[in-house]
Amino acid sequence: MAGSMGRALINFPPKARKGDVIEIRTLLSHPMETGFRPDSYGRLIPRDIVNRFECLFNGEPVFACDLFSAISANPFMAFTMTATQSGELVFRWKDDTGAVMEEKRRFEVE
Amino acid sequence: MRAALFVLSLGAASAALAEIPADQRKSGADFMSAQTRAMQNDDATNPAMLSVLDGESRWSAKAGAGAKSCADCHGPAETSMKGVAARYPAFDAESGRPIDLAGRINSCVETRQQAQPLKPESPGLLALTAYVALQSRGMPVAPPSDERLASFRARGEELWRQRFGQLNFSCAQCHDDNWGRKLGSAPIPQAHPNAYPIYRLDWQGMGSLQRRLRNCMSGVRANAYPYGAPEFVDLELYLMQRAAGMPMETPGVRP
Ligand code: HEC
Ligand code: HEC
Repeated sequence: MAGSMGRALINFPPKARKGDVIEIRTLLSHPMETGFRPDSYGRLIPRDIVNRFECLFNGEPVFACDLFSAISANPFMAFTMTATQSGELVFRWKDDTGAVMEEKRRFEVE
Repeated sequence: MRAALFVLSLGAASAALAEIPADQRKSGADFMSAQTRAMQNDDATNPAMLSVLDGESRWSAKAGAGAKSCADCHGPAETSMKGVAARYPAFDAESGRPIDLAGRINSCVETRQQAQPLKPESPGLLALTAYVALQSRGMPVAPPSDERLASFRARGEELWRQRFGQLNFSCAQCHDDNWGRKLGSAPIPQAHPNAYPIYRLDWQGMGSLQRRLRNCMSGVRANAYPYGAPEFVDLELYLMQRAAGMPMETPGVRP
């Protein structure tokens, strides 16, 4: 486990034809602690959110974004990519603790 | 305030204490927005699947004095656990009482793995329960006809009809007599247990059926039974009987 990041669900069609636009969907388990919430003693719980997400295909960026407070726990992300060739998708999440979680998946173009 | 309004509006419509006819039974999912329903129905967007995934890896993780995993004794969950959740709570000969699915799993952790029992509502216990229950998805709720359960189920039904809390409501008054109406902004569902454990957006996390029941009890300002209380297992038995034949939907999503 990396920081508060536990598991990721990654979903896209395993095969596509050249030129197809495919949708990639990711769901990451993370508490997304806002930094505004007091614990039972009234002390603020330090902020711990995923602040950066990136997806690369064969090393080229496909999608990236910065995230801020007020995003619910277990953030869900959906974006599209045009299928050009077979290769490797890399998914990378970074949180406030500095932890980085990375997942890799094969993608096939017929 | 919200509760007071509700009391006034209930006064008008609380004549009959009737059970819901089979052809009018609706899953809790039918009372949700289309978006929340879509989230439940797609495993790629259902956040409870993260817990299921966790449960899947715990299923084959060795633990306890004998360093045994669930899989070492039970094999693949897809076959050994198929249909199990649909017939729980079941009678537990050892304690002479019914036991619910989470209780059964924990008894395996404690006595067969000889490991520390998992805490109620802990991520590990919810994950294993959700993973085991997923193996029954789509199968009809099938409460066992075991004679030894009858008195406990009857006790569950008694609790269902008993008024409690400062607001003095019974479960039946809300869920049999007023389902489909609104309590504040929330529609009152029929209280079927066939999607548990669930991911509740309001909790931003997973929770068991007992957590849901504790919420309903504090909603009417009653002292909720503690987790694992025999009253809860009796209520679960009655709820499963009441939902007999409905398809299992675990893992559900709720607003
Ligand atoms: C004052 C009305 C009221 C009473 C009394 C009440 N509930 Fe509920 N119950 C609700 C509402 C409203 C919801 C839905 C809440 C939500 O989704 O936010 C609910 C949800 C539930 C659910 C979840 C159903 C699903 O589809 O997920 C179950 C099970 C349940 N109640 C059982 C009980 C039991 C058992 C009792 C008695 C111990 C009880 N309730 C008492 C109003 C009530
Ligand atoms: C050392 C072997 C062993 C291990 C390890 C073990 N179990 Fe079991 N389990 C059993 C046996 C034997 C039974 C049957 C008990 C009975 O029928 O009284 C059982 C029963 C069950 C049942 C009820 C099945 C039914 O049909 O009613 C469930 C659910 C279950 N186990 C889950 C688990 C989980 C989850 C784990 C891992 C955390 C686990 N078990 C670990 C031996 C084991």
